[in-house]
Amino acid sequence: MALAKRIIPCLDVDKGRVVKGVQFLDIRDAGDPVEVAKRYDVQGADEITFLDITASHEGRDTTIHMVEAIAEQVFIPLTVGGGIRSVDDIRNMLNAGADKVSINSAAVKDPEFVKRAADKFGSQCIVVAIDAKKVSLSGEPERWEIFTHGGRNRTGIDAVDWARKMTQYGAGEILLTSMDNDGVKRGFDLGVTRAISDAVHVPVIASGGVGNLQHLADGVLQGKADAVLAASIFHFGEYTVQQAKEYMAAQGIEMRL
Amino acid sequence: MTSKVCALIDYGMGNLHSAGKALEHVSENTKVVITADPKVILAADHVVLPGVGAIRDCMAEIKRLGIDEVVAEVAGKQKPLLGICVGMQAMMEHSEENGGVPCMNMFGGEVKFFGDDLFENGEKLKVPHMGWNKVEQVAHPMWHNIADNSRFYFVHSYYIQAKNPAQVKGRGHYGVDFAAAIGQGNIFAVQFHPEKSAAAGLQLLQNFLNWDGQA
Repeated sequence: MALAKRIIPCLDVDKGRVVKGVQFLDIRDAGDPVEVAKRYDVQGADEITFLDITASHEGRDTTIHMVEAIAEQVFIPLTVGGGIRSVDDIRNMLNAGADKVSINSAAVKDPEFVKRAADKFGSQCIVVAIDAKKVSLSGEPERWEIFTHGGRNRTGIDAVDWARKMTQYGAGEILLTSMDNDGVKRGFDLGVTRAISDAVHVPVIASGGVGNLQHLADGVLQGKADAVLAASIFHFGEYTVQQAKEYMAAQGIEMRL
Repeated sequence: MTSKVCALIDYGMGNLHSAGKALEHVSENTKVVITADPKVILAADHVVLPGVGAIRDCMAEIKRLGIDEVVAEVAGKQKPLLGICVGMQAMMEHSEENGGVPCMNMFGGEVKFFGDDLFENGEKLKVPHMGWNKVEQVAHPMWHNIADNSRFYFVHSYYIQAKNPAQVKGRGHYGVDFAAAIGQGNIFAVQFHPEKSAAAGLQLLQNFLNWDGQA
């Protein structure tokens, strides 16, 4: 099969700067989003995800300007997420140069929003982001639920059922973050990644907790993910995207080298 | 310095910003104009027909705005014309999307669904076909300075089965063989998104702006 698995560096952007927190604390500055995006493009990133984590509403204009600046200089697909709550939000981001938008808590609040968005703009640009955490106890069959508000709010919704429902509503891709692992570098939760990838017909991006290159390879080989997303291993120069691709290719994974 | 004009046809379907920005990025002496005005399109030196979304809505808008007639006239004037993604699909005879939609019939062949049961070597393939895939080239000026089997970025659930194999200028494979590029005379069309395909895609767009429309 010739379709390559994708590596997607993620920029978590707060007030115009790339940041990366370890489990949302201890946030470290990782630079200017436009410069960081350009660096990853040069390194061979297959896509870029821009996640606006600015809590306040005033930050939105900054985000739009940054998306515009990235889209003028980086000619690979660009996904923008964080605070996408309305059809107008989506239109603004697409007009700024985003190719896809990622919808998270707004989908949980109003699943029909995903339907309206896909009808209006096409499934190819609607990504539904799912934050999943394991809720089963040891010894029980594995079960995951979706959480909102950075992992604080348990919704009671089964993660696999939710992913299936979101694709039926028109999501063209699932961005799955396994919460327990996010930022602590123990790798993806391969169980939920595999369960969701098997359950849906659209591509699944695995995210959360990548600490080394083997974690990326495992996401594809064991989790059956179509793409892998990581932030801090690239931001602080531990690895380049190119190194990650070569490492994965050496394990027999089809990559764009 | 003489300045040429490239018209990017805007028929209200989806996101033209990416294509516009990429064309501007590679154009040194070409002005990129996003327009639905037949006069502007017919006066341009190069014409791009993009497209995203569902074919029924695209064809409805193409017809409502008379874009089909304008595109036919551009094709007849021997002016370089580039179709991208659904813009390419709209150039075919017919698409089976949305229960079957007649298209502009500039190329013989059908636009077909990849299907819900697409397999390769026992592995189930996701649909849409999304990501970077190889394109096997057939000699054409549009491939100038692009290595054979370079990867381009695709996002589509429907693929083109061309009737005339001589018109296939790039071959793709995803569970089935499909036409990744098709061409005849001054018309060239691609299923992938050159505007999102990094260096290879930008080179193809530059080749288009440098192309005189002779195959």
